[in-house]
Amino acid sequence: MNWSSVSDFFAMGGYGLYVWGSYVVTLICIVAEIWLISNRRRTLEKQYSLIRNINIRRDKK
Amino acid sequence: MTINWFKYSSPASFYSLAGKMIPIFAFAAVISLVAGLYVGFFVAPTDFQQGEAYRIIFIHVPAAWMSMFLYVVMAFWAGIGLAFNTRLSSMFATAIAPTGAMFTFIALWTGSLWGKPMWGTWWVWDARLTSELILLFLYIGFMSLQAAIDDPRRADKAGAIIALVGVVNIPIIYFSVQWWNTLHQGASVSINQAPSMASTMLLGMLIMVFASWMYSIAIILKRVRVIIIERESHTAWVAELQKKDSIR
Repeated sequence: MNWSSVSDFFAMGGYGLYVWGSYVVTLICIVAEIWLISNRRRTLEKQYSLIRNINIRRDKK
Repeated sequence: MTINWFKYSSPASFYSLAGKMIPIFAFAAVISLVAGLYVGFFVAPTDFQQGEAYRIIFIHVPAAWMSMFLYVVMAFWAGIGLAFNTRLSSMFATAIAPTGAMFTFIALWTGSLWGKPMWGTWWVWDARLTSELILLFLYIGFMSLQAAIDDPRRADKAGAIIALVGVVNIPIIYFSVQWWNTLHQGASVSINQAPSMASTMLLGMLIMVFASWMYSIAIILKRVRVIIIERESHTAWVAELQKKDSIR
């Protein structure tokens, strides 16, 4: 085991800022990418269900 | 038995196949990410020269490799789309670009955070760093050019030209550490010699490379599915999906 305590782990031997700065920004990028695509997808699904509902209503008439 | 090799080159049949593949690759990505981080932080020892700062390697190297690899794949599909006029290939090229750009940014960002404690500077205009920055501009150029052209088929063609011309930058990035005297270190892993690092460090790094692959495949499939629906909205098969309320 490399770390004797939790604070030791976060300190990263004095390089905490650099190591965690790398990991946190990478995490943000990945979360943002997944969120953006999911959002694009949801918008598309919303549009489609909207059109679908209009078509169903039109067909009923 | 005859096999229809081109079955999945049609967006309609690829769409449902991709939908089934995404969970598999996403699952593999999560598992390998957890395993890679575990090995990277708890198994791999402290580096005798760089202390704990070297642990940036577990994202820096996978991100840098992916940034170059995804560019080649993007240019390949863009080229196929340009040569054979296949819709799905061009959609793939378009779907790869943002993920490639993201990995390029991560490679530059983590490199900068690694360079500060080790070299004493966030940035130098050396060959490796500069050519990687040019790669980021190529991705951004590809995306903005495509976004600026209204007709998607013309956007595909224009983008393909940029992508193909930009391929020349990939060997420049790769060999920059040999061709020029750079601040950036040489390759830690190469085909013709033993890796110059501890085996657990290498293992952690390779698991993270695998995780980046799996993540990239999952996210690109997810994006290409959105692009397929957006671009094929006028077709009968999308209308059919919509009638059944199953574009999911």
